[in-house]
Amino acid sequence: MSDNGTSTHAAPTHGDGGATESRIWTLLEQVSDPEIPVISLLDLGVVRAVRWADPGWEVVITPTYSGCPAMTQMADDIVSVLAAAGLSVRVCTQLAPAWSTDWISESGRCKLRDYGIAPPAMRSPGLAAHDSGGTAAQRVLRFVPRAAASPAVPCPRCGSSHTHLSSQFGSTACKAQYRCQACSEPFDYFKPY
Amino acid sequence: MDASAEQVAQAPTEYLLHLADNALILGQRNAQWCGHGPILEEDLAQANISLDLIGQARLLYDLVARRADDGSTEDTYAYFREDSEFRNYTLLELPHHGPLVGYAQGDLDYAVTITRNFLYSALMAPLWHQLAAGGDADLAAIAAKSFKEASYHLRHARDWLIKLGDGTETSHARMQAALDHLWPYTHEFWSDSALDQRAQSAGLGLEPQELAADWHALVNDALTEAGLTCPTTAPGYVTQGKQGIHSEHLSRLLTELQSLARAHPGAQW
Repeated sequence: MSDNGTSTHAAPTHGDGGATESRIWTLLEQVSDPEIPVISLLDLGVVRAVRWADPGWEVVITPTYSGCPAMTQMADDIVSVLAAAGLSVRVCTQLAPAWSTDWISESGRCKLRDYGIAPPAMRSPGLAAHDSGGTAAQRVLRFVPRAAASPAVPCPRCGSSHTHLSSQFGSTACKAQYRCQACSEPFDYFKPY
Repeated sequence: MDASAEQVAQAPTEYLLHLADNALILGQRNAQWCGHGPILEEDLAQANISLDLIGQARLLYDLVARRADDGSTEDTYAYFREDSEFRNYTLLELPHHGPLVGYAQGDLDYAVTITRNFLYSALMAPLWHQLAAGGDADLAAIAAKSFKEASYHLRHARDWLIKLGDGTETSHARMQAALDHLWPYTHEFWSDSALDQRAQSAGLGLEPQELAADWHALVNDALTEAGLTCPTTAPGYVTQGKQGIHSEHLSRLLTELQSLARAHPGAQW
């Protein structure tokens, strides 16, 4: 594993072709999310590595939701943007560690907010996939965290925390629907994953 | 594929198919709500849940195909197996309504949908959690993603179970009827079988007793809050879908699911 799961794109680590690697990272900034075009795939945190894998360069991406229909489009877009710059790459998929919305960059969060999508809250450590222990009754809370434990979702338009969930699912797998009670506008919330 | 854990165990193929079939069949069943949801938000919810479930199934079928290395693909397993080769729990293939005679069809009943999603995701959240720490690294990687999705499905189903169970007289009665209808099928979760035994001895990190304790705690906690009564009838006939013995409903569901791929083998769109 080339990444520890907390940084989306580390500095180039391969001695050979470091310049090409940097160039690929820079070009990847131009590849936007197919469903939320204001953020790039780098902002989204799905690009896990760029590496030399004989005989060519390889871009490693990780899926967001298991059934996200945009994944194929993402791979195609990476190949075509890099091809336009004269670089031929292979895109491969890596499942572990599982993508988390915690990997969405700070600039990605700002862009989402400006676009009208409330960025995801950071996942609480209590929801981590690998904590264990306690009685079955205590584990109920881990599997179904109570609403009170989740922070209020601020409205991306007016900033009010006086918002309520209108639907746990929205227009794409990664979003929920909220309504702001201060400005009365509905908005999408990027669900913590 | 890179993985975070070391590959020290390998899940039996039939167990991977069991997990995949569960997800595919419930995903296909719930997709019946697309365009027919009781409200728009719930129409979207079921479509999104199906997307997650079918996504999980695809990852698992793909893993089986890669390990088989015999030219099979995810499609081979989803579209070109017969009903008796499917290893899903019988619970998941049942139509969205109460018991009727034979092939009779009733109206889609959201109480059945919500109750089944609840009973299933209350099993899968703790199960994926166990598998995510298990010795089959490829399966653990899929489980870590699926855990996040199952937990969210559980929260959705649990909220509606409580809203409807603790709602009006009518919604309460329909939820209780759905629970009474579906409950006997959950005995299959706990019935012993060669499939379960092989999976447990494969080093996948399965802890059946802890799983049963978690499931009962999740279920009892929600039923209490919903004001629903947990059926206490002793298990009579225990269904055997995981061993390939299904109800007539699976055949109908698969006919619809598989017809296009069988009529046009290799078609792409």
